Parts: sequence; structure tokens; C-alpha cells
Amino acid sequence: MAVDYQKRPEAGYVTKELEAKLHKMWETKPGLFGVIATVDHKVIGIRYIVTAFAFLVVGGLQALLMRLQLAQPDQTILTPEQYNQLFSMHGITMIFLYALPILSGFSNYLFPLLLGTRDMAFPRLNAFSYWVYLASGLFMYASFLIGQAPNNGWFNYAPYALKPFNPGLNMDFYALGMVFFGISTTVGAANFVVTVMRNRAPGMSINRLPIMIWGTTTVSVGILLANPAVSLAFFLLWLDRQFGTHFYDTAGGGQPLLWQHLFWIFAHPWVYIIVLPAMGMVSDALPVFCRRPLVAYTLVILATITTMLLGFGVWVHHMFATGIPFLSMSYFSGASFIITIPSAIATFAWIATIWTGRVVVTTAFLYFAGFISMFVIGGVSGVVTASVAADLQLHDTYFVVAHIHYVLIGINLFGVLGGLYFWFPKMSGKMLSERLGRWNFWLTFLGFNLAFLPMHWTGLLGMPRRIYTYPEGAGWSWVNMLTTVGSFILAFGILLLFVNVWMSLRRGVAAGANPWDAPSLEWATASPPPAYNFTVMPVVASRHPLWEDRLGESEGHSSIERGLILDDGKEMLATSVIDAAPRAILKMPEDDPWPFLVTLAMTLGFTALLLHWWWIGLAAGVATLLGCVFWLWPRGDLAQTKGTAHE
Amino acid sequence: MSELPLDSRAPLNIGRLPIGSIGRAANGWWGMMMLVVTESSLFVYLLFAYYYFAARSGPGFLPEALPSFHLSGPGTAILIASSVTLWFGQRGARRGSRAQLLAGLLVTIALGALFVGLQIFEWSEKPYTIASHAYGSAFFTITGFHMAHVVAGLGILLALALWSGLGAFDERRMSAVDIGTIYWHFVDAVWLAVFFTFYITPYLR
Repeated sequence: MAVDYQKRPEAGYVTKELEAKLHKMWETKPGLFGVIATVDHKVIGIRYIVTAFAFLVVGGLQALLMRLQLAQPDQTILTPEQYNQLFSMHGITMIFLYALPILSGFSNYLFPLLLGTRDMAFPRLNAFSYWVYLASGLFMYASFLIGQAPNNGWFNYAPYALKPFNPGLNMDFYALGMVFFGISTTVGAANFVVTVMRNRAPGMSINRLPIMIWGTTTVSVGILLANPAVSLAFFLLWLDRQFGTHFYDTAGGGQPLLWQHLFWIFAHPWVYIIVLPAMGMVSDALPVFCRRPLVAYTLVILATITTMLLGFGVWVHHMFATGIPFLSMSYFSGASFIITIPSAIATFAWIATIWTGRVVVTTAFLYFAGFISMFVIGGVSGVVTASVAADLQLHDTYFVVAHIHYVLIGINLFGVLGGLYFWFPKMSGKMLSERLGRWNFWLTFLGFNLAFLPMHWTGLLGMPRRIYTYPEGAGWSWVNMLTTVGSFILAFGILLLFVNVWMSLRRGVAAGANPWDAPSLEWATASPPPAYNFTVMPVVASRHPLWEDRLGESEGHSSIERGLILDDGKEMLATSVIDAAPRAILKMPEDDPWPFLVTLAMTLGFTALLLHWWWIGLAAGVATLLGCVFWLWPRGDLAQTKGTAHE
Repeated sequence: MSELPLDSRAPLNIGRLPIGSIGRAANGWWGMMMLVVTESSLFVYLLFAYYYFAARSGPGFLPEALPSFHLSGPGTAILIASSVTLWFGQRGARRGSRAQLLAGLLVTIALGALFVGLQIFEWSEKPYTIASHAYGSAFFTITGFHMAHVVAGLGILLALALWSGLGAFDERRMSAVDIGTIYWHFVDAVWLAVFFTFYITPYLR
């Protein structure tokens, strides 16, 4: 019997019958099973966003507690140990559990829509990366239940992280939690890279990709290369603590600085990893409110990639105060200065886009404008600390704290909030209130600057970071009070965002498919999009498929209403890497509970390692592997087994 | 495969396309390449730790009895041979021979298990432990990491042998085999870097 391994896909127009047929195939079944088993990238993306915002709120409340403690000198609201745990968990929460996952959420939601396809390359892996993110976040937060949260700061230097100095479970929660979390980050990154390389609308060659796709893809490659360093650093720390190995303790010939190297080899690229996708979001969304394409598309992409590459060569600038050789400091200082060049290119591209465009001032636009101005401030304070001489003076003072907050709130949170105002109508089908949006923006913007601009001064006055209180006559009282007042205004501004979201979901104005008259493919489908995203596979002929008639930049025409049908089960296209020419028809998996079940087994495994239940740990490890075997079992409906074809 | 006209006014004509998981058309093949990239960088960082110790601690870092080839040499040969036997099995699968695929997989599994056995024996002969000094920590951790990867690779090969025994594959539908074998070759290649670091560099000084 001859089995047909190929077919000629049919093209056609969007019809009601086709939509109904696709809906039946692609929709997630209702009920508990659907909740656990769904592989819809849009559901997973929204879960990521909601979870990341929940962690943002928790981390923000921790910050407010600390600001209450520091509002005046000699306060005793928090004990030193409580303060240590709060600032450590605040950093861990914001940097790991909020900053990347929020971007992964947007990317998960938007990737297939921007790329004109129906799902991510690995839908089940996508569900898995979310579940592991959630489980690892809860794992680290479980430390509060026994009052032993990590207490050594988010960068957790040895030797203080070692057992003799830190005998509780605090560090073990952090070490195992980060290894666990790294799995989520890594598989998520692999998924983004393969999706971009393999699953795009026909004709969407790499010079037509939205910038956000470039941003997330670039950092995903960065994650694949950088993340093993931190997973390893934490694993070795755990070995040192449990089995008496000598990686970080000097007694057996270990090197405490090895920790700093491994940690910052990861963590400096990470700083770019958690801002470049947000810069990409701004590069895509800002031009919509300037009614023109982004200025210098190619340069902005090259700047993105260059920043990531250079980001791998600057880690020692966190270690200028550790007594490393002068030559090494000079090299890393120079590399850190050079990184301002690609950053400046992006900044000038945004400014030029605003300058030459016809600006429509919306809340999203205000957030993007705020993003640019704070990027400049955070960038300049970064240049200051890149200088060895200045850094030795500023190291471990509040100046550095001010810098990191300008970078992370300015370039991550403000980009994300602008992106939320921009894409929320797509996700929910409802507009956010612009009136409430203005209050939201201005309170957030003013509160943030009131809190963190004076903090540069606090640092210059010599206040060290991470002290739980300070004496009366140190001269730091008024600046600290300003920061505390500003932080509460900032928090109130964020609260208004949630009010806005809640009111919009209840009685917001219907958005329609393309409320902003934007150019990219996600606006070509309904708001919210159907489970299958696109009824027929769009064909792309230019960088701005929905603005083609106005721009006249393309040779042919993009096609939205007519394209390949692909309705023979859950199907999507595999395309070539550079040109996005169709290469194969892929069979996509149904909803599947295995990603969730494997996550459960892994959670049990990490808990067992934490508590030294070795046999349970072993059993959980075996269960995890068996779960993967069942998950990956070759299946006929995915055309993985003998004799399966499209019939 | 014919060209796809991008102009929507022209008819959309695409040639015949392969369906589902075949060779590099399978997303899984690309996913495995991502795993190889990230795992490679994991071993780069592991070996970085070793070289960092060696550079910082001076000659006192190495143990008195330098690592010898008498077990690691045969182990290396066995691992290289296992890549060849796996390639032989995969070649059989391409021709539709389930017997050759199974034979290749089973011999590879046996060779891999033999390598793990040799390693454990070598471990038991060492006069120091993982907790003795920095060198011992690095030696047992890095070779242990590699061994864990060999064991994971054995798990993959066992699953492939099981599926192949159940008749899951034929000469076209065998992407699981193509993807799984990449991992085994990767684990072998990593061993060469580990072997060079621990067993050869001490003699280069």
C-alpha cells in the first residue's frame, strides 16, 4: 500500500463554515481538564502576564515595607533578619519572577499572531514552561512559610551563602528554586527561537519581522547561552552546602570569586535579556502612535543584536571592587562604555520616529515617551558606574540601587505598561479607559521619579545599600523620606492600572479588530483572536502588511482573506529560515496533561532534594523521566509513526 | 517545490509539501539543536570552573597521582565506538530495516552502560572524594555531570528501542530516531572535551 507523505495544500477564502470547522479543532475543551491541559499560546501568554503581575504586586509590597522602615532613622518596624529576607526576595521576585516572565507572557501571546501562524513551535513545551515557572516561583515563596526566605541579596555572594554562615534552609530554597526556574526559562527560550526560525507566514522573510520578534529571539539565544551559568552556580552552591564540596569555600582550595564570575556571566546578559524585548515592544508600538514606520529598522535590529553580544563581555564591571587585575578592569570598563553606542542608536531611532511623525498622544504613547526619557537617565548612570574610578566610589551605595531601578522600571515596566495599554484591546476585546490611563501614567511616572531620582543623591551621600536602618545624624533622612513618599505614589499609580483593567473587563468599549489602525498581522484578526488565530494562512509581502496601500513599499500585496486553508486536523506551516518559504505541513498536538503532570513530579523532586528525602527524590526523578517518555510517545495524529499521512 | 507567488491577485500555488515529522522538517529536530546549544554552554561553564581553579590555585591544585589513561582510554574508545554503532542502526532505519535499527540501538546501549560501569569503577579507585579538596569536587562533579548525561542518553536510546520494537517507525517516519541520536553524539563529543581537560591537560604543563 502506498502511503502519501505529501500533499498539495489547498488555498481558499475565509468562510463561516471554515471558521466553525477550525474552531471545533482548536478550541480548548471546557472544564478542569482543559485548564490543566490547554496548549493555546494565548491562554498561556495571559497566564504568564497575570502571574508575573501578581509577583510584581508581592515584590512591590515588600518594597513598601522596606520603605516604611527606611522613611526615618532608627526605625524598628522590621528586624535586621526580616529586612534581609525582604530585600532578597524583593530582588529575586522582581528580577526573576516578574521581569522576564512578563515579557515571555507578551511574547507567548503575540509571537504566533505577529508571525501569522497558529501556535508556537512546541505548544506542549510552552504549557510546560509556564507550569514550571509557576511551580518554581511558589517553591521559592514557600520559604516564607517557615520564616527562612533567602537573605543574602539576589546575587547571593559566597562565602556568606555557605553553610557555616547561613545554616538554615534559606539558601537551599534559593539555590534549588533557581535551578528549577532555569528549566522554565530555557525551554521557553528554545521555543521562541524555533518558532521564529520555522513557523512564519509565507513571505515573512527576516527583513520583514516585527522588532519585538527580533528582541525576544535575540534574548532567547542569549538565555540558551547564559542561563546554564547561573543554574550551575546555584547547583555548585547547593553541593557545597549539602556534601561539603569546595567550589566556593577557601578551606579546601575553593574560590569565592568563582561564584561572582559564574553569577555575573549570567546576570549581566540577563539585564539585557529583561529589557531588549521591552525595547522591541516599544519599537513596534510607538510608531503606530506616530503614524509612520519606525526610523532605521535595520539599525535598530543590529543594535539589539550588538547589545546582546556585548552584554556577554561586560560581567566583570560588577566586580571592580574585588581586587581583580588592572588590565582586566580596563577591558571590561571599555566594553561597558562601548555598549552605550547601540543603546544610543535605538534611542535616536525612537526620537526621530516621534520627531518626524504625527503624534497621537495616548496613554500608551505617554508610557513609551516616559520609557525613552528614563532609559536615558538609567543609561547615563550606567555609564557612570562603568568607569572604574567612579564605580569604586559608588559600589554598594544607593546610587547603584537608583541605577538598577531606572533601568528595570524605566525600560522594563514602563515598556510593559505601554504595551499593555496597546495590546490589552487585542487580548480582551475591550479598550482601557484613557481618562483613568492618564492618572495611571502620571502618578506612576511622578511617583517613580520622586522615589528614585533623589536616590542617586542618597548614594552620593554615602548611604550603603541593604542596611536595615541608619542613625539620626547621617544626613540621609530627608532623601529617604522623599523616596518613601514617591514609592507610595508609584504604588498607588499601579493600583489605578488594576482598577482600569477591572473596569474595562466589566464595561469597557468594544475594541474591534484594529482599534489603533496598526500595521502588523495581530491586528488582522478578531479581538480577542479565535483559538486558531487565522482562518487562512496569511501571505506577507512587506514589513507593514496592513499599511501597504498607504506606504507603497511592497512589490506585491499581502493576502489576509485568501491563503492556505490547512483544515485537515490541527495543522500549521513549517517555513524556511531566511525567506519563510513553505517547507512542510506540521501536525500540531491536542491539549495534553503531561506537561502539568511532569511539573508536579519535578516539584516533588525539588522539594525532596530540599528536605533530603533522597529516596522520594529518586522516585520523583524516575516519574519525571517516565512522564517525558509518555509525553513524547510517537503518535499517529502527529504523523510521527509508521504509515501515518494526512488521510 | 514550486515558488509561492506573494501577490494575492495571482493564484496561490504551492507544490506538494511533506506532512508531519520528517527529518529536519520536524520542529523537534530544531528543538534538539537548541538543547545541544544550551547543554554545550553548560559544559563550557563547568570546564571554566576547572580552568579557573587551575589558573588561580597554581600547581597545588592537581592531586599527587595524575589521572591515568588505563581506564579512561578504553572508556573513550568505547564511547566513540558507540557513536558508530548508533549511526549503523540509524542507517538501517533509513533503509526500512527494523532489525538493523534495533541491533544498533541495543549495542549502543550496551557500550554506553559499559562506559558508565568503567567510570564508576574508576571513581571507586580514587584516593580522594568529592569533599576532599577543590580538585576532587571538580573531578567528581564534572565527570558526574557527564555521566548523568550519558544516563539520560541511555534513557533516550531505551525509549527508542522500545518504540522501534513496537513497530512505531518506518523509513520515512523516524524523526524520533533522528532527533534522539543527535543527543547521543552530543554526549560523546562532550566527553572528548572532558577527557582532554582532566586527562590530557595535566601532562601539558
